[in-house]
Amino acid sequence: METKIEYKIKPKSNFTIELKELWMYRELFYFFTWRDIKVKYKHTALGIIWAILQPLSLMLIFTFVFSKGLKLQSGQLPYQLFVLSGLTIWQLFSGGLSNAANSILSNSKIIQKIYFPRIIIPISAILAAVFDYFFSLAILVLMAIYYGLPVHFVQTIFLLFVSLILAILATSGLSLLLSAWNVKYRDFQYAIPFFIQILFFLSPVIYESNQFKGTRFEILLKFNPMCGPIHLSRAAFSGLAIDWQLIIFSLTTSLILLLAGVYIFRNMEQYFADLA
Amino acid sequence: MKPILEVQNLWKSFQIGAQHQRYLSMRESLTNFAKHGFQSKKETFWALKDLNFNVYPGETLGIIGRNGAGKTTLLKILSRISPPTKGSITVRGRMASLLEVGTGFHTELTGRENIFLNGAILGLSREEIKKKYDEIVEFSGVEKFLETPLKHFSSGMQLRLAFAVAAHLEPEILLIDEVLAVGDAEFQKRCMGKMDDIAKSGKTVIFVSHNINAVKNLCNSGLLIMNGTIQEKGDLNSTINKYLENLSSNEAVKTIFTNKLIKDDTPISIIEAKIIDENNKIKSTFDVFEDVILSIKYQVNKETNGGVINFELFRFGEQIALSFDTDLNQTLLNNRKIGLYKTQVAIPRGRLKPGNYAISIGCGIANVTKIEHFENCLEFEVVLESQNESLVSYASKRSGIIALPLHWQTKSKNDEQL
Repeated sequence: METKIEYKIKPKSNFTIELKELWMYRELFYFFTWRDIKVKYKHTALGIIWAILQPLSLMLIFTFVFSKGLKLQSGQLPYQLFVLSGLTIWQLFSGGLSNAANSILSNSKIIQKIYFPRIIIPISAILAAVFDYFFSLAILVLMAIYYGLPVHFVQTIFLLFVSLILAILATSGLSLLLSAWNVKYRDFQYAIPFFIQILFFLSPVIYESNQFKGTRFEILLKFNPMCGPIHLSRAAFSGLAIDWQLIIFSLTTSLILLLAGVYIFRNMEQYFADLA
Repeated sequence: MKPILEVQNLWKSFQIGAQHQRYLSMRESLTNFAKHGFQSKKETFWALKDLNFNVYPGETLGIIGRNGAGKTTLLKILSRISPPTKGSITVRGRMASLLEVGTGFHTELTGRENIFLNGAILGLSREEIKKKYDEIVEFSGVEKFLETPLKHFSSGMQLRLAFAVAAHLEPEILLIDEVLAVGDAEFQKRCMGKMDDIAKSGKTVIFVSHNINAVKNLCNSGLLIMNGTIQEKGDLNSTINKYLENLSSNEAVKTIFTNKLIKDDTPISIIEAKIIDENNKIKSTFDVFEDVILSIKYQVNKETNGGVINFELFRFGEQIALSFDTDLNQTLLNNRKIGLYKTQVAIPRGRLKPGNYAISIGCGIANVTKIEHFENCLEFEVVLESQNESLVSYASKRSGIIALPLHWQTKSKNDEQL
């Protein structure tokens, strides 16, 4: 009981995230993530298997269409592995982004009644997608072992970890931006799935990024924040050299998006209770 | 002693014009921008103007004021739902609000899971919830259903569970909005009981209300807000008296109320309400021996089960009655079909003593939710003119809140044996 709580209620400033406060509310990250996962898989016959089924079935279709049909190159890796290593991390991004973009609206009842740092909501929505990621990652590793790829434990884990962090960064910035705008302009509700679809084709999931070296398309890939994580996720299994320039470009875009996202989110969060 | 709550130069403004717009479409914003550029010509409305006050530990403060005075705005700032425009509030202690009963409940999760989720959202740590879990379960009385998804709970059970969690928050400062009026009478009684316990246990309580009786029972000091400024702070009785004076020195008497925001997306929405006499004439002054008739127009937007229309009657700010249109009409309660309705209810003559009366009307789903509530939206006056002044039980200065036209049967010993 004798906790010394003291805080000030003041007009908001936009640029800062109050880390001390986030730390105070740290358990809410856990609870919101836990709730999202729980609710998502409740009443499904297959439960968590869905997290595996989606990338697996996509892998089969892409392999059939692009490798067998269109004869796309996939370098060192068998196309199945090539596409799955991209898909797992891509689905973290697309799943996380579409969860998070609607998260403020779907939690509007809570927002209207209770205070807590609003940023916890979209971030927890992304964390729920990270949970799914680990399941599809397990399948990826199993497949890599099945195909007899040289998995260097330390290196693979390191690269996957960096890829995960970069992907979360990339997802967070856009998520904060879109979840806030979505409250103000409901247009985004319809635009976001479409936007994700377009980004998918602009990301090197089904094709190799170096196929476009020297073309005008290359610049689009360079500034794609998901390009780096996909590249790393793939390098973790192929053992090929890493294009660090690509990573830096991705990271820069991610960080700019994150700054913009935090700024816009902080700017708009005070109106969430009125608008949502 | 340091104050537990320090409000300093607190201002809050709203943009008029943006107020009724729930959300925008991008097209509108773009065309607006194209038309006006960066200059927007919105008017600013100051809902709170330079509030300064302290609350000390153990104080039970009743915030009173008329509808629209700024009570709810202040409460929203205190509970940090909306930020102040200028100024600051220093809070020294954990604050919780009984407004938040059941917030964050998810119908797909089980009772047990919801206790944890709700507790966490209200600010309890996992350890604290674990410690209090058994107590919460026992208080809620829904032990048998803890592993059942919440959607199979009756609304009463959901409320009990929700209140059980809220009651175990143990905050240092408790915020209460009187809009606690959800749930059945027993539940409300329990809420009031719990609040009383908290207030008497030396906790700091801030209670927002226009119900003078409830404030008198619960509080030891008062704060009167009028038009966004503090009119009186301190002694409870003088604050209440000032409020009552203000109520009766009332500008224009409201005999007709029109809802400016009729909703199509709620099950029920009130359109209009007025006070009329037997001849269907709108009136503001009634004689004691006249029926006062309340007439309400409303629309039902989707077929509704459990829908109710109600009114509350206040005399000099003190609630004396509450009535539901479904009290004697089970069919209406079970099924209300889509359409436009008009309902009339007479407050029979001879009950209301002279004085100033206010009526709040509302609609909702019984025991589940309040859809609309219009506080003190109608007002009228009752006078005694028709009969001679020997009717002392009707004299407004005498004790008693209402009068009863009773028939005393008096016999004298002289007439027959008793």
